[in-house]
Amino acid sequence: MTRGSFATFTPPALVLAIAALLVAGNVALPPSSPLHVSIFVISLAGKYLSYAMLALALDLVWGYAGILSLGHAAFFALGGYAMGMYLMREIGTRGVYGNATLPDFMVFLNWTELPWYWHGFHHFAFAALMALVVPGSLALVFGFLAFRSRVSGVYLSIITQALTFALMLAFFRNNMGFGGNNGLTDFKDIIGYPLQADGTRDGLLLATALLLSLAFLCARFVVTSRLGKILVAVRDAESRTRFLGYRPESYKLFVFVLSAIIAGTGGALYVPQVGIINPGEFSPANSIEAVIWVAVGGRGTLAGAMLGAVLVNLGKTYFTSALPEFWLYALGALFILTTLFLPQGLIRMFARKPAVARPEIPSAKERPA
Amino acid sequence: MSGRIGEASDTILYLNGVSVSFDGFRALNNLSLVLAPGEMRAVIGPNGAGKTTMMDVITGKTRPDSGEVIFRADTDLTHLDEPAIAALGIGRKFQKPTVFEPHSVHDNLLLALAGSRTPRRVLFARETAAERARIEALLDTIRLTEHRDRRAGDLSHGQKQWLEIGMLLAQEPDLLLVDEPVAGMTDAETAETARLLRDINRSKSVVVVEHDMDFVRALDVKVTVLHEGSVLSEGSIDHVSRDPRVIEVYLGR
Repeated sequence: MTRGSFATFTPPALVLAIAALLVAGNVALPPSSPLHVSIFVISLAGKYLSYAMLALALDLVWGYAGILSLGHAAFFALGGYAMGMYLMREIGTRGVYGNATLPDFMVFLNWTELPWYWHGFHHFAFAALMALVVPGSLALVFGFLAFRSRVSGVYLSIITQALTFALMLAFFRNNMGFGGNNGLTDFKDIIGYPLQADGTRDGLLLATALLLSLAFLCARFVVTSRLGKILVAVRDAESRTRFLGYRPESYKLFVFVLSAIIAGTGGALYVPQVGIINPGEFSPANSIEAVIWVAVGGRGTLAGAMLGAVLVNLGKTYFTSALPEFWLYALGALFILTTLFLPQGLIRMFARKPAVARPEIPSAKERPA
Repeated sequence: MSGRIGEASDTILYLNGVSVSFDGFRALNNLSLVLAPGEMRAVIGPNGAGKTTMMDVITGKTRPDSGEVIFRADTDLTHLDEPAIAALGIGRKFQKPTVFEPHSVHDNLLLALAGSRTPRRVLFARETAAERARIEALLDTIRLTEHRDRRAGDLSHGQKQWLEIGMLLAQEPDLLLVDEPVAGMTDAETAETARLLRDINRSKSVVVVEHDMDFVRALDVKVTVLHEGSVLSEGSIDHVSRDPRVIEVYLGR
């Protein structure tokens, strides 16, 4: 096996193997066994892998195209809301008010009719499609305007942050029709399977592992293609690519939209496993945390981003239960320490040689005189 | 606009009355310059004379306030942007060597090769035998054959300059604009670069901006002296270096 195919197939193989082992430990071993995997761990693992998908999406734009998006959790949350809308419709008459069409919060607000943008979401396939189309379309419009105007660097980071903040404020409003502050929750089942059942949770973890693997292979295909080389060229010397006849804005737009779609998929898988989606998911802090996952794991490596998401969230789960008041300090310290001592990220400890696409540390060297 | 007659006919590059101001500072002031097909021209001038601004105007980075910029006697460049002008066949080398540092020398040339520039085509592009052969030929021209697989960022300064010239050639342009190609080079590298540019000039028109007078002398071509955004003097290197106005600009202050 060549080094290239090793780097391509090892991460998804590991993801699938770990997910399969966890599920096997849950299904095959009796609860009395010390190796039994509880359903709590299964859902937690599913949540981590959904985050890994967000990290993968972010690394694609930040690590390869140099677009530091500080609003990527917005795409994740939009995918999550699309899935949440399906899960709300799926509740049907089992809600508190027993209304077959309207979700509880709409009945509570005295709405009598389903808003037009809720139509179709009782079909799983439609909702799944929207979980890709909505984040993708937002990225297309936003990216088209930003990249065409040659907004880049810190200015772009600031407007992505503003984007997610604006969405958060909008989704907090009750009359937006997305459940306001409380968001969407109290889900019962997904395509007929009860969400509380172990089998459904196991299935969701396996589905997340599978889609994460597919997303990784897709991202890996892009970054190892000639287009991927141009993305790195745009990242390090944008004006050079322009004078060679490339239009950097088209390349950025392509990868930005692809990334938003991957992030949206992650969000759609996240919601059934955590059981809730609310406007807090749009919080700017979430997007910044995702940047830390990528930096800690290893920017510009894809696999490192996924690793970073899982490890940092493992740490978060541990700290927020054991030493809750220290979590933010630990996160900050981790970020500073990896930046100082492992600027290439944790993945470097496993990799045998540096990836070709590693970013130059002082990266603003593109200006011609 | 085709078959344009008059002064622009039979030129590869025709600048007429080009002016550019930045915040009241006139970087180019009624600049006119005519380059014949196949010609190599050296452009010299003190700092701030407008050399780099002239390159920016030709390559679409800066839009002139007034004046004409005509390529191959029939194409007005003032309404086009950088990728469009590059596609027409004008290549530009920056003052500071600008190559794609994380990529290998081979990949730098591959990305520069003439061909489709749309993301869809590029995503599925595979290196063809013709491309491989073209890259080998270029590596030979720029004397980097043995460095094919090295990371471009690890090359010496002079080698980066050559790689960038190689990338320009890979674009297959008709006109090359080369900004200070020998800045920071050793004497041996400078001589080699002069040879390389003369070689390139056998099939392409070239404009070289340079400070190094020995290098300009080695090129042995017509020289245009810029000063405060317009042409001060034009002719052979001996002619311009005897011109009292040129002596005053270079030595008088």
